[in-house]
Amino acid sequence: MFYREAGDFKTSYAEDSQTFPIKFDRIRYYVVLAVAFGIIPFLINDYWANAILLPFLIYSIAAIGLNILVGYCGQVSLGTGGFMAVGAYACYKLMTAFPEISMFIHVLLAGGITAGVCVLFGLPSLRIKGFYLAVATLAAQFFLVWLFNRVPWFYNYSASGQINAPERDTFGIIITGPNASAWATYLFCLIFLTACALVARNLTRGTVGRSWMAIRDMDIAAEIIGVNPLKAKLTAFAVSGFFIGIAGALFFAVYLGAVEVGEAFGIQKSFLVLFMVILGGLGSIFGSFAGAAFLVLLPVVLKVVGVDILGWPTDIVAHFQLVIVGALIIVFLIAEPHGMAQLWRVAKEKLRLWPFPH
Amino acid sequence: MKKTLTTLVLGTAMAAGPAMADLVFPDLSYRTGPYAAGGIPFSDGYNDYFTLLNERDGGIGGVKARVIECETGYNTEKGVECYEATKGEGALVYQPLSTGITYQLIPKVTADGIPLHTMGYGRTSAANGKVFSHVFNYPANYWNGASGAINHLLDINDGDLKGKKIALVYHNSAYGKEPIRTLEELSAKHGYELTLLPVDHPGQEQKSQWLQIRREKPDYVVMWGWGVMNQVAIQEAANIRFPMENFIGVWWSGAEFDVEPAGAKADGYKALTFTGLGMDYPVYDDLKKYVVDAGKAAGAGDQLGAVQYNRGLYAAMLAAEAAKTAQEIHGTGEITAAMMRDGMEALEMTNAKMESLGMAGFGPEFTVTCENHGGPGLVGVVQWDASTKTWNAISDFMPTDGEVIGKLIEEDSAAYASENNIEPRCE
Repeated sequence: MFYREAGDFKTSYAEDSQTFPIKFDRIRYYVVLAVAFGIIPFLINDYWANAILLPFLIYSIAAIGLNILVGYCGQVSLGTGGFMAVGAYACYKLMTAFPEISMFIHVLLAGGITAGVCVLFGLPSLRIKGFYLAVATLAAQFFLVWLFNRVPWFYNYSASGQINAPERDTFGIIITGPNASAWATYLFCLIFLTACALVARNLTRGTVGRSWMAIRDMDIAAEIIGVNPLKAKLTAFAVSGFFIGIAGALFFAVYLGAVEVGEAFGIQKSFLVLFMVILGGLGSIFGSFAGAAFLVLLPVVLKVVGVDILGWPTDIVAHFQLVIVGALIIVFLIAEPHGMAQLWRVAKEKLRLWPFPH
Repeated sequence: MKKTLTTLVLGTAMAAGPAMADLVFPDLSYRTGPYAAGGIPFSDGYNDYFTLLNERDGGIGGVKARVIECETGYNTEKGVECYEATKGEGALVYQPLSTGITYQLIPKVTADGIPLHTMGYGRTSAANGKVFSHVFNYPANYWNGASGAINHLLDINDGDLKGKKIALVYHNSAYGKEPIRTLEELSAKHGYELTLLPVDHPGQEQKSQWLQIRREKPDYVVMWGWGVMNQVAIQEAANIRFPMENFIGVWWSGAEFDVEPAGAKADGYKALTFTGLGMDYPVYDDLKKYVVDAGKAAGAGDQLGAVQYNRGLYAAMLAAEAAKTAQEIHGTGEITAAMMRDGMEALEMTNAKMESLGMAGFGPEFTVTCENHGGPGLVGVVQWDASTKTWNAISDFMPTDGEVIGKLIEEDSAAYASENNIEPRCE
């Protein structure tokens, strides 16, 4: 009824190829942005920021990054945790070496460094695919964690082997460290997420994205029609690494503040982000958001319901959480293998026809 | 989607409405995951002591104590969430029982003005109160532990460790790396050779480390382990027939569940301690009467007298005593986190006080001052007797090498102060 293209006329090519061709979609998109930028920063407190919104924003960036690699280019990667660690340690080294430079630049540079590392570990993808590539990226995961544990230079020779984010600012607003206010950290991550999502969306709609998808769908056919697999695969690794590096840098510097590589960026982080991508929907930017929101929020909601409202013992709730998350993943994969993005797509299709489906 | 987020969070905030006029002691526990074996008894002891105070004395200074339990699973992300979720409830002191979470919380609690007590864990240099205003780690820290272990080895070697080989098997994390610096300094001082053997989280895979021990035949093995890692290490040591009396664990590697899986082969294993053992204290009679028999024990109620249960009990006792001290200083029952901090800084534990609490000799005597948040660092050694399944103390609480440790604390805290632009206090 309200969700349809009827009457929404396009008179130029630019209008015809815009991201949200349907008017309702467009308005919804601007409303979400307005709420996120204009309203939430005034309402936010430490709990909202640190327990829910920051992890959601940061995992969304990581999920978009991994989605480009796995969902759009079809290169399975289990190295996300390790690549996030590269972003975090790059950011740490930059923060401590150049304290006067804005955090924006540090985070972007950290993303760039991660992109380089990611391309390096993406080189084997030119020869191997599928499970074998997954194993190669798994090696990257373990190697990188081992490296950051092993070489004291990376953690500035601190006694504990931990890295701690010192207080840093951008345009005079404190972004990292304990004195950063909730709205500042939230907005900082939100700006990165918005920029990343825009870039990702537009990349995947253009030539680069099409060459990625061609490689994903059938690499030999893609090569025959003139897609250069070297370029396509390595750009996918680079862009993916850039986003994951940004996510890692934000995860360490803005969200946690202190990080121990084995614990924060271990193999379970790789799986978590991969689950987000699979549950949210492979090859969908919206899916990355949905998957991240689902896996960040679900434990918190279950905890609030179980412990705070029902008053159950904390260990029972923690165990239930594992059972419920696991069961939901299986149900989702059976009922909707294309993830939550597909549910959203189906809902939109239905809405277009509603209330006269025939 | 952001809108749904907001409504959800609103619901959360409403559900967790504050209940006033309580002394709130958050318990960031872990009853799940590979470290639950240590987390459960500690948390039970922590909860039970406050239940005892509420039931027997009507709270602390007439004000009821309330423990909010929050499951962290020894995971730093969940630890941060727990901290943010509970700090708004008027939390007086945090005791996360995790070195990783401690590192997260040190800057946060300092900014929020809530004290953090990391009893026998956490950042060792937090003992320097001049730099760490809101962090306390009395009565003993890891560097006391490292020195205590070496002192014990000196004792049994007539004061000479020259040319001996000592291996450190440690959890490859901030926790396990903590003693390395002290052991290295002491190695230069006493002339032993130190080998470092890291074990990755969670510690179930230690074949290569123990193969190396078998090959290099160190005279002694010191262990900084936690959770499932301890059981595996002791089992592996038994498998390569490493003499147990030459194997010393830190206090977090010396509980019943660590040694019991290895059975009789674990006999003679040594561990450090800074708390009393067993149930031979009058406080246990009260615990039985007011808590266990009344059906109010935390968890399954089966951990009484266990090593880590006693530590939880001790941690709660120190928190309660600090709260009492704070109430005396400020003349009010309903103290705030800032008052609690003052109470912790003025805490004095004497034998007479512990005796009046029914815990005579449970821990060392000590006084906390503005400069010294670390206590005296007295460390005892215990040994496992597999036939009776008990830990027996083989030394009193002994002083550790304050000269070496003091210098290291000064150095490390100075580095932290300069990194974070902290002006020294207490002058």
